[in-house]
Amino acid sequence: MATTMTTETSAAGDPAALPGLRRPIPKWIWLGIIFAALLPLIGGQTGLISNFYFLQLSLMIVYSIAVLGLNLLTGFNGQISLGHGAFFAVGAYVTAILIDRYEMHYLATLPLAMIACFIVGYLFGRPALRLEGHYLALATFALAIAVPQFLKYRHFEPLTHGVQGINIFNPDPPFGLPLSPDQWLYLVVLACAVVMFIVARNIVQSRMGRAMMAIRDQPLAADTMGINSARTKSITFGISALYVGLAGALHAIIFEFVSPDSFRFELSIAMLVGAVIGGIATLSGAVIGGFFVQFIEKYADALTKWITSTVHLPIHLEPWTIYGIVLIVLMYTMPMGIAGGLASLWRKIRPPG
Amino acid sequence: MTKRTRRDVLVGGSAIAAAQVIGFPAIAQGKKYDDGATDTTIKIGHSGPYSGNASAYGNIGRTIEAVFKMVNDNGGINGRKIEFITYDDGYSPPKTVEMVRKLVEQDKVLFLFNTLGTPPNTAIHRYMNQKKVPQLFVATGASKWGQPKEFPWTMGWQPDYVTEGAIYAKHILATIKEPKIGILMQNDDYGKDYYNGFIQGLGDKKNLIAQLATYEVTDPTVDSQMIQLKNTGANVFFNITTPKFAAQAIKKAFEIEWKPAHYLNNVSSSFGSVFRPAGIPASQGVMLALYRKDVNDAQFASAPDVVAFKAFMAKYMSSFDIKDDTHNYGYSVTHTLIEVLKKCGDTLTRENVMKQAASLKGFEAPLLLPGIKINTSATDFYPLQSVQMARVKGESFEMFGDILSNESA
Repeated sequence: MATTMTTETSAAGDPAALPGLRRPIPKWIWLGIIFAALLPLIGGQTGLISNFYFLQLSLMIVYSIAVLGLNLLTGFNGQISLGHGAFFAVGAYVTAILIDRYEMHYLATLPLAMIACFIVGYLFGRPALRLEGHYLALATFALAIAVPQFLKYRHFEPLTHGVQGINIFNPDPPFGLPLSPDQWLYLVVLACAVVMFIVARNIVQSRMGRAMMAIRDQPLAADTMGINSARTKSITFGISALYVGLAGALHAIIFEFVSPDSFRFELSIAMLVGAVIGGIATLSGAVIGGFFVQFIEKYADALTKWITSTVHLPIHLEPWTIYGIVLIVLMYTMPMGIAGGLASLWRKIRPPG
Repeated sequence: MTKRTRRDVLVGGSAIAAAQVIGFPAIAQGKKYDDGATDTTIKIGHSGPYSGNASAYGNIGRTIEAVFKMVNDNGGINGRKIEFITYDDGYSPPKTVEMVRKLVEQDKVLFLFNTLGTPPNTAIHRYMNQKKVPQLFVATGASKWGQPKEFPWTMGWQPDYVTEGAIYAKHILATIKEPKIGILMQNDDYGKDYYNGFIQGLGDKKNLIAQLATYEVTDPTVDSQMIQLKNTGANVFFNITTPKFAAQAIKKAFEIEWKPAHYLNNVSSSFGSVFRPAGIPASQGVMLALYRKDVNDAQFASAPDVVAFKAFMAKYMSSFDIKDDTHNYGYSVTHTLIEVLKKCGDTLTRENVMKQAASLKGFEAPLLLPGIKINTSATDFYPLQSVQMARVKGESFEMFGDILSNESA
């Protein structure tokens, strides 16, 4: 990041003059999105890509949205949260309860889950923001541990069904589209993600985004510039929770099931690891982070087993050994995350000029 | 098609997809396979917590894997090797769903075996039944796994909590004069299952319950509940708690000198995590229902199944602790499955697997207590419904009384 002071001052002048800001989304990204949207037709109908792969892709996108949300808070605003699994759970439960109890259409529950999470995030953020750094991390960590217990709480049981969780039904594709439920949900999730990434890009490039970064880089200077720190921070917290809540809601619809055990604090850690490994304070890092959470972290055990058996290692490795090694190596070789690492690699090998 | 031997059919070609003769399923006519079964292999899927909070139960999966290795080393089942695929789900329901979908859709297993935990199994319950893939002998004691009408593809194994609760109630009614019952219950699904079974067992004598005290799994102690229960003057104590709280309750009762007839649920039947932490003197006389042998108990030292189990542990799991009850459990439940697969013969279809699992009659799986047998039928999806009462004496269990059953039709 260039010093945010200059960004702020020049932004006051001519936004178009800012390098790297307000650029249109590159064509190859749109092509990629179109290709992704056509996948169910290309791969699904021909049987090249099974329903299970669509499930995995959907989940990857869901985690990308969640990592993006956390990234807005941690990467762009510099606040560490170990508790975003809580908002994931709130989003999932709002959707599940609305579908289960009030028989709402699943798509209609998404905005409500987002609003609910924004409110919860904002309200939690407001007092918690008096805490800085490690203290905030601890407060959010407590939240992550408390939420599953709340969901089991006796007096909420009529709504949450306690430890039993809530079963909902997977929606069928509408209009008799020739898609399987997995393929349809993949499209729904993809559409949500595209919208959310564009919105995030706009937030980051807006006045609000610059204020977020200014607070991260130079809190004192930001205050002096007339930025309302407390307000910006709580709104960022709310927006971040909203993103994660949407991810939770989509997750609930995909799995047709929510229960307190689905949202233990490991989920919060997974998101943070995804954000850091993907590349903090970059939007593309969120996609990589989502990929990492879905395909590396979840299959840590299988990966370890596979490597042990292919290389014929004579020793017994604990399930997460390879995962741990990957994490350490990545952190040493790419301290700015995979997105940051790739960007600096590109700068090195790119032809000059 | 009568009296045709398996070889005739083999020679005659496998095209004879003969209808299964109801009642004589062991004499399968011709070979019939679903996904996951071939002439040489049977693919079985499993998911369990190898990481995370519940990872102590991961040893069940490891034991199953080792038992199948032993089976394969000895030539397999009906000439087929077992390919056992197990994934880590960390006891997280969504991860279970994902892993199970991988097992069913990618790995194409014939069926799932002994998937672990009530929440993970709940998450896949409907999926398995929609896909019509057996979810066999699940590793949870909840009562909901025995509903052949609604969920014909799911079956439990161990005595369920409702059954066990009912058995304690009947035992109390039969042996204790003027019982006045105090109950301590963990406030969740598991606790309520036990409680409901207990109420069923009491029948119209519900008024014998003096007090029901509950605790949350997050509570630090159950001390105040124990004092409350003592103050009701109850002479019977039904202790529905998981190991940590069971140890606390036993210890507290001892400290406040409350000496009721103490019934403890089977969930906490462990010396390592309950009676020793609570104190051996405090644990004397605590009664509970058992269904498997304690392999460390001298009275079973020469039983053939215990000897075989110890040999198995020494050869295939030498780096593990034989005192850990999960090995005992895994060994016993896997042998139940082996019996089912043997009976399936060459008809390795999902339908036949369920049918054979639902027609076990008086099967004595290794490590079950003498007299305890596995019975199932098309309407009875609860394999184990008998237990043996025992009490803590010294540092082991002393069995007493007859086998108690709550066998359903």
